[in-house]
Order: sequence, then C-alpha cells, then structure tokens
Amino acid sequence: MPISAHRIENGQTLVIAVEGRFDFSSHQAFRDAYEQADGGVERYIVDLSDTTYLDSSALGMLLLLRDHAGGDAASISIENCNSDVRRILSISNFEQLFSIC
Amino acid sequence: MILRALLEKLGHRVFEVGDGAVAVARFAELQPDIVLLDAMMPGLDGLEAARKIRALAGDRLVPLVFLTALSDPRELARCLEAGGDDFLIKPFNRVILEAKLNALNRVRLLHQALSERAEQERRKNEQMLAEQRMARLVFDNVAHAGCLSSPHIRYHASPMSVFNGDVVFAANRPGGGSLVFLGDFTGHGLPAAIGAMPVAEIFYGMVSHGFRAPDILREINSKLRRILPVGMFCCGAMIETDSRQGLLRAWNGGLPDAWLLRASGERIAIPSRNLPLGVREPEQFAASMVVFQATPGDQVVLMTDGFSEIRDPHGNMLGESGVRGVLAGLESPGQAFDALLARIKAFAGRPESVDDLTLCALEITGTTPPQTPVKISAEEAPAGPADWQCIYEVREKTLAEFNPLPLLLHICMEVPGLRCRSGEVYTLLSELYNNALEHGVLALSSEWKDSPRGFAFYYQERQRRLAETDGHFVRFSLSHESRPPGGRLRITCEDSGDGFDFANHSARVTERSTGQASSYAGRGLELLRRMATGLKVHGRGNQVEVIYDWEPPRRTEGRQTDE
Repeated sequence: MPISAHRIENGQTLVIAVEGRFDFSSHQAFRDAYEQADGGVERYIVDLSDTTYLDSSALGMLLLLRDHAGGDAASISIENCNSDVRRILSISNFEQLFSIC
Repeated sequence: MILRALLEKLGHRVFEVGDGAVAVARFAELQPDIVLLDAMMPGLDGLEAARKIRALAGDRLVPLVFLTALSDPRELARCLEAGGDDFLIKPFNRVILEAKLNALNRVRLLHQALSERAEQERRKNEQMLAEQRMARLVFDNVAHAGCLSSPHIRYHASPMSVFNGDVVFAANRPGGGSLVFLGDFTGHGLPAAIGAMPVAEIFYGMVSHGFRAPDILREINSKLRRILPVGMFCCGAMIETDSRQGLLRAWNGGLPDAWLLRASGERIAIPSRNLPLGVREPEQFAASMVVFQATPGDQVVLMTDGFSEIRDPHGNMLGESGVRGVLAGLESPGQAFDALLARIKAFAGRPESVDDLTLCALEITGTTPPQTPVKISAEEAPAGPADWQCIYEVREKTLAEFNPLPLLLHICMEVPGLRCRSGEVYTLLSELYNNALEHGVLALSSEWKDSPRGFAFYYQERQRRLAETDGHFVRFSLSHESRPPGGRLRITCEDSGDGFDFANHSARVTERSTGQASSYAGRGLELLRRMATGLKVHGRGNQVEVIYDWEPPRRTEGRQTDE
C-alpha cells in the first residue's frame, strides 16, 4: 500500500506514511487515511521518509488535510522529507502552514 | 436448398447467389449481417471471396461461416485463416446451425455496440476540442487585453496553456512602467481555466485604474481564496517596473526563482518568499514586494516549474542548476529568453517538450513617456461632472496602509473626455503624492538613492518611518473647470512635512541632470513641470500646485496611438 496510517501516543496522533510518488493518484487513499481515522486524533504526522516525489496536487492534498484538521488550529507536521521534496515544500512556503522537519 | 429452408425457418432473410464473384458484388449491395460461403465455388473460390468481403466490410464485423464437406483439419484451418469466423460441416445439423448463428450474432452485436461507443467518444472528444478552442478565444480576449505583444516583453506559452493552468498577463501602468504576472494553477483543464478568468479581469481592471501591485495581489488572493476549493491554488509571480524611478518591485509566491539579469553580468535570484495565491485568508496574506534598482537593458525572467522539472530521455531533471547554468553562460541579458528555450529543447530532445511550461522575459526600458492618449471609445458617455472641486486628505496610519491614487484618478476620470489623458493625470497625481509622502511626510532624501547601499537604506527607512506617521497628512485639493473642447484640472498637494528649499533644489536638479546620467533624484518635479501647464510651490515648500490644461486628442492622433 503506498499510503498507510497508524496511531501512536494513545491514539491521539495519526501518522500517515506515503510511499513512492505522492501525486494525484494518491488522492483518494490519502483522504481515506485521515477521514476514516477520526475520533480523538489531535495531531497529525505526515511521514514522507519513503516519498520520492511530490507534485502540486500533493500540496493541495496537504491543504485539504489541514482544512480537515481545523485550518489555522491544525497541528500537522511533515517529517523526513528528502531534499527534492523539501525543496518543493519550501518553494511554496508551506513552512508557514505546517511544521516541516 | 436445405440450408435455405433451415435458415428461413429460423426467421432469417436469405439471399442466395451462385458463385464467388456475384457473392462479393451482392455483399456490397445488400450489406448482410452474416455470410455463409461454400469453400468450393465456381468463378471466385470461397477463400478469395472471403478476403474481398472482409475488405468491403471495413470496420463492420460481418461473421463469415464456411460451408464445407471437407474434414481435413488443415483445409478447415485455411478457411479460418482466410478470414472465416467459423465453419459448418455438411450435412447440416439444425441444432448446431442455430447455436452457431446465435453465437456469431452475439459477437456481431457486441462489436457493433463497441463501435458505436467508440464513435460517440470520438465525436465527444472532437466537440470538446472545438469547445476548448472557443474557450481559448474568449480567454485570450480577456487575457491579452494588455501589452503582451510589446517589444520589451517576450513569452512562451503553449497555445492551450490556459488548460494547463498557466497564465501570463502584462499591462502598461497608467503612469509609465509595466506590470507582469505569471501564474500556474494547480490542476489542469476546466477548473484551472475558470479560475484564471477572474484573475485576468482583476489584473487588467485594477492596473488600468492605477492600483499598485500589492493591492492587485491582495485582490487576486482573496478572490481565489473565495472561489477555489481548498487544495486548489495558484502559484504566481508579479513584477512591477517603474522606469522613471529606475525601480523594480517583485513578488514571488510558489514559482521557481525568478531572475533579474543585469547588463553588468550580475544574476539576482528572486526566490519565492510567499505562499501561493488562494491559500491564505485575506488578513494573513503577505503582499510585500522586494525592491530592486533596475537600469535599461536589465531583464527579468519568470518561469513555471515545468521548466526546471523537464526531463531528458534518461529521466534526469534539468533542475534549477540547469537554469542557473544557462543564465551564467549568457553574454547579455537579452539572450536569456532564446537561450532558455533552446536549452529546454536540446535537453528534452523533443519539440513538444515545451508544451507544459511557460516562460516570460521582461526587458527594462528607458524612461518611457507617460502613456500617450488612448483612443476614446465610441460608447463613452459625453455627459459627466466637468465643473467641480474636492478636497481629500489622507492622515495618520492611513498614510502607511492606503494608496489614494486609484480613488483620485477615478474622480478625475469622471470628467467627460479626460479619460483619454488618464496616463498623464495619473502621473501628475502619483508624482505629487510620492513627493509629498516620501520627501515631505517621511523626510527621506532622494540623494540616498544614488548609491546601491543608499538605495537599500532608503527603502528600509521608508518602511520604518511609515510606522511613525502620527500627526501627519497629505491633502489633495482637486478642481476642474470646463474649457471646451477640453478643460483645466488644478491639483494642489499639501503635506505636513517641513517642506524644502525649492529654488535651491531645482537648481541642483538641473545641474545633476546635465552631470550624472544615473541620477534618479528630483525627477518628479522636473517631470511635472514638463507635463503641466503651470507649476507653483507654495508655503515652505510643502504645497505644490499643478495646473493641467487639456484638450481631447484629434482623431488621427487617437488612431495612431491605438497600438
């Protein structure tokens, strides 16, 4: 499965891991990952350790997650980006919306 | 005969012929659904007839069944190779015949349904392409309203770029200088094209009314924030040039580095420092621009990410280093556009590689004369306020937050006929306002701008002092009287600053303009004096009065400037 989700920290944190290309083809799976996990989730981690590529529709999906998680009140961190992925996130200045590490 | 009776009993209409050649001729004429052929026939033999019938049927699937007494498997195989779909071995068995015909008919109907579906698809696709072409014409009428065709702007965009989500807009600012916007919507197709329409309207509408880039960016952002679904946005960059002041202001939100290429060989990256348009709520949107000095011959290059993300046949990306490499190797900034496109074509090795990227190069030109009179459109109402007076004062924090020029221009443009002088009127208003604000209220010295370090300092100070405008004001008194065929516009601009020694200042300006070519200072008043019928400085130098007599352009003049 290119997108997988699991909970940590007593289920309060949902970790969504994306494997391979993060693009429009992951749309439904990414959405399912957070929509089906509802209930008690307070924090989200998007784990991109195994993500090779990220395009603008993936940026859009991250914005949708942020919206789902409460917009400005959302607590989402995007973790373990490789340098290409990191570059794309920073060109769009997504560090203003997410904590990226 | 037996066969015919059997078939008719099963409810089929039967046409019988005696030899192969007639069979082929009758096939073309009758267009039957299924053909039964004897493998051995006089004239043209069954196998040959089968080939001809197949050719005649074209895309239609017409099952061919061989009737044969042969039982040699190799002979039977030959029947199928010649185009037969099945065979019936004599003597005929009614049950088998019926079952085979039904099976072949199912295949025939399935094929027919698929062909119809494919034809529908083809037609739908054709219609969609025709609609896209039409939509593009509509879009082009909106998007190319400006000065994209000016010689100082070059751009590359695929003909259907609006359906790739890419847009390029360019317009002349009413007081001289240009405004260019390159945008890249997320997603493709109709959603992107629909989102692009209001952006074009806002861009061209606001620039012609004298709004500055930050106001336009703010408006585009809040519009897109309102109309686009979450997750869809527009990466973009905007460049505003002010050739008179030798300035360039840039904003980049989500596009790859834009570049300022100086004739001196300097290459300055203008990286994205902002979120794309349509992501943030209006109150959180940052529209602050980066200011650069710009001299004639400098170039600004904007590009979409299709550029650095292009891949060669081995899958390697050109990357930003590839772009830097091209720019570093240029002999002069003017070659940037051609060199970048040539690099892309060579790198990807396919001419269609440039379809999904957009590139725009803007050359900084010398001091452009304020916009020449524009043609008066026939539908412009001849009626409107021609004799009036108003006073408009901007004070305190509003000085830092609000640009009163579009509003003042709007009031003046209500005068019938004066619209054709909008560029000059805008220039008068903006020069007066900038002098009053920067040199009067903020007490900035224009001489600082003479050196690159002083230039940066000037804009830092401007930003800092704008936070301390307590007790300050800029007051415009405007009045217009009708003097057929034109009129007289009187603009007085007063500020709360200390004023300046006007006589001395203008002496210095004259000296300077003959001495130093790169001096930007003092141009404002000089320009006002050239454009206005009369210019007076009152008070302690903090009140400037301009009288502007105007006449509508003669017909020929109007036509000439309609470029």
